[in-house]
Amino acid sequence: MSQPYRMETQNLSVYYGKHPGVRGVSLPVHDRRVTALIGPSGCGKTTFLRALNRMHDLTPGVRVEGRVLLDGEDVYAPGVDPVVVRRRVGMVFQRPTPFPTMSIFENVVAGLRLVGVRDRRVLGQAAERALRMAALWDEVKDRLHAPAVDLSGGQQQRLSIARALAVEPEVLLMDEPTSALDPISTQAIEDLLTELKNSVTIVIVTHNMQQAARVSDYTAFFLDGEMVEFDATDRLFTNPADPRTEAYITGRFG
Amino acid sequence: MPDWIYRRLGDRLFAALVVFLALGVVAAALLVALVLYQGSALAFRTFGFFGFLTSQAWDAVRGQFGAWPPLAGTLITASAALLLAFFPALAAAIYVVEYAPRWLKEPVAYLIDLLAALPSVVYGLWGLFVLVPPVRDGLERPLFTWAAVHAPALVPLLGPPTGIGLLSATLVLALMIVPYASSLARDALALVPQSQREAMFALGATRWEVVRRVVIPYARAGIFSGVVLALARALGETMAVTMLIGNAVNLPYTVFGPAATMASLIANEFTEADTDLHLSALIAVGFVLLLLSLLTNLVAGWMLRRLARGEGRR
Ligand SMILES: Nc1ncnc2c1ncn2[C@@H]1O[C@H](COP(=O)(O)OP(=O)(O)OP(=O)(O)O)[C@@H](O)[C@H]1O
Ligand SMILES: [Mg+2]
Repeated sequence: MSQPYRMETQNLSVYYGKHPGVRGVSLPVHDRRVTALIGPSGCGKTTFLRALNRMHDLTPGVRVEGRVLLDGEDVYAPGVDPVVVRRRVGMVFQRPTPFPTMSIFENVVAGLRLVGVRDRRVLGQAAERALRMAALWDEVKDRLHAPAVDLSGGQQQRLSIARALAVEPEVLLMDEPTSALDPISTQAIEDLLTELKNSVTIVIVTHNMQQAARVSDYTAFFLDGEMVEFDATDRLFTNPADPRTEAYITGRFG
Repeated sequence: MPDWIYRRLGDRLFAALVVFLALGVVAAALLVALVLYQGSALAFRTFGFFGFLTSQAWDAVRGQFGAWPPLAGTLITASAALLLAFFPALAAAIYVVEYAPRWLKEPVAYLIDLLAALPSVVYGLWGLFVLVPPVRDGLERPLFTWAAVHAPALVPLLGPPTGIGLLSATLVLALMIVPYASSLARDALALVPQSQREAMFALGATRWEVVRRVVIPYARAGIFSGVVLALARALGETMAVTMLIGNAVNLPYTVFGPAATMASLIANEFTEADTDLHLSALIAVGFVLLLLSLLTNLVAGWMLRRLARGEGRR
């Protein structure tokens, strides 16, 4: 019986010049589930994540090998437009990246403007919906047209999340989205993930193992560019198959 | 002696030297302004400051001098050259920073910068011998002939298609200021963080959309600085313009016909000014040019501060 994975990597390797950042990773991403990537710093989580929406295309000297399937089709196949891939597979970065010359509102609808949405009512509704989902609406609803850089760091990160959500991606990649947030905002984002699961497939990198345990359905443990173990989250945390996974989740290294 | 004494002494000497040199520069600038003003006093007394500024007469034989024709010439050539130069300069900067393969970035940037290193007399010669013939035969004459048949009303506006005049001077001026606008724009574009580009790419933008919606807005203050520098350069450019503009101080100017700018007028008539009033009028034109540059800088500084305000906290 074939599983309807939303995304899947097959033997994925990413090289920075000669140096492999990720080696031979085969990982399924289940539809409308949260998949967490954990592992010590430098183990290749970001590198792996960026391969999923072809962000490495933008960096000269980076080579991707293997396959990344989105609904069964390789996003690296010849003829596939990376722009289309990125519209379907959104991304939230580790550090907030508001566009400094745009207002809060314009930041949120930036992706919609790309696809030609002009109707102010449509844009307004989309912005409110995205900002509510990112738990930012109440804080900014009275100053939507203020510069985005006036927001605090945590608010800027939630703005980046709202911006990614506004275009309604099918898959959302999040690279440590809460590492710059206070506990309350973090809680809001975690609640958001649980809610989003109904409609969006999520892959999230996190350093926080409690967070992985709380929000994810599946977890992959990375070490030195390789995927050591992949399993349902509750199983991986209660009964890891690999001693290195056990060592990591029990805090004995990393 | 403990070595902190040397250090403190050195600090003080250095501070004194810096202050002295800085004051020296300021004093020299003030002195230039003062000398210009003194030299122009006779002209201003004779015609009045605003009278001199607005008078259209420039007639050495009858002793009538007004700065309006060369002032208009300067404003027309500089702004037209800026309009012509801006988009190619920005495009070159965008190409180098965003599109060119890595091995080509340096050489292209270098060649553009080299344009700024050419002496302006070389531009003048190049203009005379390379640019003027095709402009005259390929652009001005056909246009003039066409206008003579189909739109006679345009003929007085176009003027004599001799190749020497406003159009040729403006074209060469535009080429000369491209590197100034381009290199500052290039620096500004290169300073845009990669994370800004990636954030827009991740939303499904094409490269051009990233450039237009993120990179250019982010770099706008630097791009504007380049425009100001290019404008300052165009306002004061003397040699090449003098060689190409035809030096006729009579209004109305025509598109093809001869004209004069403040700088070209001074360069052209300085050696033949045989009355005190003529000399004083030329110096007064120099003073007006100084005021114009000053005004440009003040307005530019004000606009730059306004541009920078919205992005201060990034
Ligand atoms: N642009 C790059 N050029 C060269 N090597 C890189 C580059 N980016 C990452 N690497 C290397 O690839 C490996 C994986 O890095 P990556 O950023 O994916 O780790 P990570 O798991 O995301 O770490 P962290 O938890 O600290 O964010 C590291 O050895 C790193 O040094
Ligand atoms: Mg990382």
